Amino acid sequence: MTTATKHDRQQLYQQLKQLLPAEAVLETEEQTRPYESDGLTAYQQRPWLVLLPETIEQVQAILILCNHEGVPVVARGAGTGLSGGALPLANGVLLSLAKFNRIRHIDPANRSAVVEPGVRNLAISEAAAEYNLYYAPDPSSQIACTIGGNVAENAGGVHCLKYGLTVHNILELKIITIDGQVLTIGSQALDAPGYDLLALMTGSEGMLGVIVEITVRLLPKPPLARVILAAFDNIEKAGNAVAAIIAEGIIPAGLEMMDRLAIKAAEDYAHAGYPLDAEAILLCELDGTSEEVEDQIKQVQQLLKDKGATSLRTSENEADRLKIWQGRKAAFPAVGRISPDYYCMDGTIPRHQLAMVLKKISELSQEYGLAVANVFHAGDGNLHPLILYDANNPGELDQTEEFGGKILELCVKAGGTITGEHGVGREKIDQMCVQFASPELQLFHDIKHSFDPSELLNPGKAVPTLHRCAELGGMHVHDGLLSHPGLERF
Amino acid sequence: MIENVNRTQELQDRIRAAASDRQMLSIIGGNSKAFYGNPVKQHNTAVIETRIHQGITSYEPSELVLTARAGTPLAEIEALLAENGQMLPFEPPHFAEHTTFGGAIAAGLSGSRRPFSGAVRDFVLGCRIINGKGEIMQFGGQVMKNVAGYDVSRLMAAAMGTLGLLLEVSVKVLPLPQTESTQVLACDRQQALKKMQQLNQGTLPVSAMLYENEKLYIRLSGAGSAVAAAEKTLAGETLIHADNFWQQINNQQHPFFQTDKPLWRLSLPFTAEPVIDEPHLVDWAGAQYWLHSERAADEIRAQAQQFHGHATLFRDPVNHYPGEERFSELQPGIKQLHLQLKMRFDPQGIFNYGRLYSWL
Repeated sequence: MTTATKHDRQQLYQQLKQLLPAEAVLETEEQTRPYESDGLTAYQQRPWLVLLPETIEQVQAILILCNHEGVPVVARGAGTGLSGGALPLANGVLLSLAKFNRIRHIDPANRSAVVEPGVRNLAISEAAAEYNLYYAPDPSSQIACTIGGNVAENAGGVHCLKYGLTVHNILELKIITIDGQVLTIGSQALDAPGYDLLALMTGSEGMLGVIVEITVRLLPKPPLARVILAAFDNIEKAGNAVAAIIAEGIIPAGLEMMDRLAIKAAEDYAHAGYPLDAEAILLCELDGTSEEVEDQIKQVQQLLKDKGATSLRTSENEADRLKIWQGRKAAFPAVGRISPDYYCMDGTIPRHQLAMVLKKISELSQEYGLAVANVFHAGDGNLHPLILYDANNPGELDQTEEFGGKILELCVKAGGTITGEHGVGREKIDQMCVQFASPELQLFHDIKHSFDPSELLNPGKAVPTLHRCAELGGMHVHDGLLSHPGLERF
Repeated sequence: MIENVNRTQELQDRIRAAASDRQMLSIIGGNSKAFYGNPVKQHNTAVIETRIHQGITSYEPSELVLTARAGTPLAEIEALLAENGQMLPFEPPHFAEHTTFGGAIAAGLSGSRRPFSGAVRDFVLGCRIINGKGEIMQFGGQVMKNVAGYDVSRLMAAAMGTLGLLLEVSVKVLPLPQTESTQVLACDRQQALKKMQQLNQGTLPVSAMLYENEKLYIRLSGAGSAVAAAEKTLAGETLIHADNFWQQINNQQHPFFQTDKPLWRLSLPFTAEPVIDEPHLVDWAGAQYWLHSERAADEIRAQAQQFHGHATLFRDPVNHYPGEERFSELQPGIKQLHLQLKMRFDPQGIFNYGRLYSWL
């Protein structure tokens, strides 16, 4: 990585002032301080400069200049990401897309909307509501997070099992490459000729190009949604109930699980009426036509009883439904109230491994002396253990990170992945060495070089260097085999 | 019964040898889609068959995930899924009896359910491939949410085998609908397109909409009560042997497809409504047109382009368009990315050279 010098920075600042209006270049400490971290506040780094362009031409000019001068660029939406993907670089510019905040066009007959990357996720659904349409992916930060960041991270939410992730709900992107070209990826039709670059861009964490326009797919709002809240005296029983619902041929719109600590935190905070004596609760939402929902509600109620639910509550109206969800949606801030700090993990596992993984997490929790609240997108196997810690206790953050890393390695061992929806960013870069072997990691670097040969877009994130993995190699020996046997070790 | 045969080593050895000899390879599964895409450049090309590399390596119905080797017959996968009340929601076509799973993924073709359920790429969760250097690589996995690393698995769908040889693919599967029913409404094309757009914005449990020969076919899928209510609303005529009808459409055995004329596929936004005088069939709720035409290729492509869509020369049995690229041309910057990616996955250019584009 190049070393920053005062002179370089000053020179770049002068050049940028030629390209952008004065108020679009932030350089003082108090101006740039708010950008020093994203949603993962444990990592902080004040950027060299913060840029707030508002036209495609300005973004092009910035990238051309940075490419020419060899200055790294980190793109940022609302900064709600949980993996440090928008963590600035000390010697780079932070490119905020916040001013790209217009919904350009809603086309109800095509069920699509053309939006700028700085538009908030929820704002799309609000704008589409007059046509009785909505944008399906709903990450829990949807009130604040932007669609550009959602595409960069391939964001999910609580309705993924039925409605898919971001990658399933977008049609076309306009991106700007590091050399300033505007490229159209995907199409206004349901597919595009050639390679599926839309899939490659989605979840690429700002490493391949800067997204400046997105065409999203909209869906008709289901006429009816109802949610069942089921309590269990044993978490394994709750897991079996999930499998039974799926085996019955039912795909719920949402299927969420919470453990005892998460239930208590959420109930104290949101007063949703959660049963405090339960070891686990399941929230199962069914949506569709009223006939379909009523049929399925009966079926699921019966299944839950058969699988040992100790109590059932079914929403009777929309207000009731929202109230039941309120506890789950507030789970993270609720946990934030019972602990000075918490660290949110994001592994995915095959669902049948749930009992084993939770047992191991509980053992690790004992070992580290750190409590864990588990929130689980049970339908799609995405587990969010929240590790409770206090950053003011010396060494506790390090302990927490180590514990978190072990949880992710456990997910890989269970046949899953280190990140379901939050992205790798800076946070999980070392666990990438556990998930992938050298040839795959090399290919990821090759893919990046296809788009960004000088490695200027969000460098140091998402994909570790092979040397970094080799140096960590001692930690990650599986079945007596080194993960990256082809590499020199020092 | 599906035979369980793992030929990974043999395939890897062949590819390593080919890479060192710069021997071009044409990857063949069931060879049911040999007509699709450009012909592979013949000079110095050997065939590498995946058909013997077969077997379902994992299937857990309650996880909604199936993993199979590329050479597994598609029909056998579908039969096993059906036994468990499940299906491949992208409805891949069977253009011949021996269609393989790997071929279905590599070609990326999806059936009539596509606008409602998703395409092949939407259901791909993970894959193992051999790249052009003979290295075995694994991407994605058997879980539905996975954002670790770039999404190479979905990139394999519709890449026509030009980036690597698929060894094994994991896909998400879905339950079969409890009930299905197809309603037929007599109408002209204009009325049909309007109706499709209207239903597309509505909430009836529609799973396919197709117009052909003055008839609009609407398939309903879901709980019995929901389908019955929708039947009432649509007030059409119920199609008997509907499964057969949709299968014939997907597999192009329907009479519309029985001709030697060139067949074009236009992929367009739902509302495109292009003016077409030649015989055509509208599928995907208005987003996919099948067209028999001998018009100049540029003219057909321009027509698709006008609506921000694209046109594929799908079949050309009498070679009416000699030397014509089968797929629409790409923007120069996008073309450059294709060349870059190809070079990284397959540096010697040994896999299916020319199949997707003559220059790739």
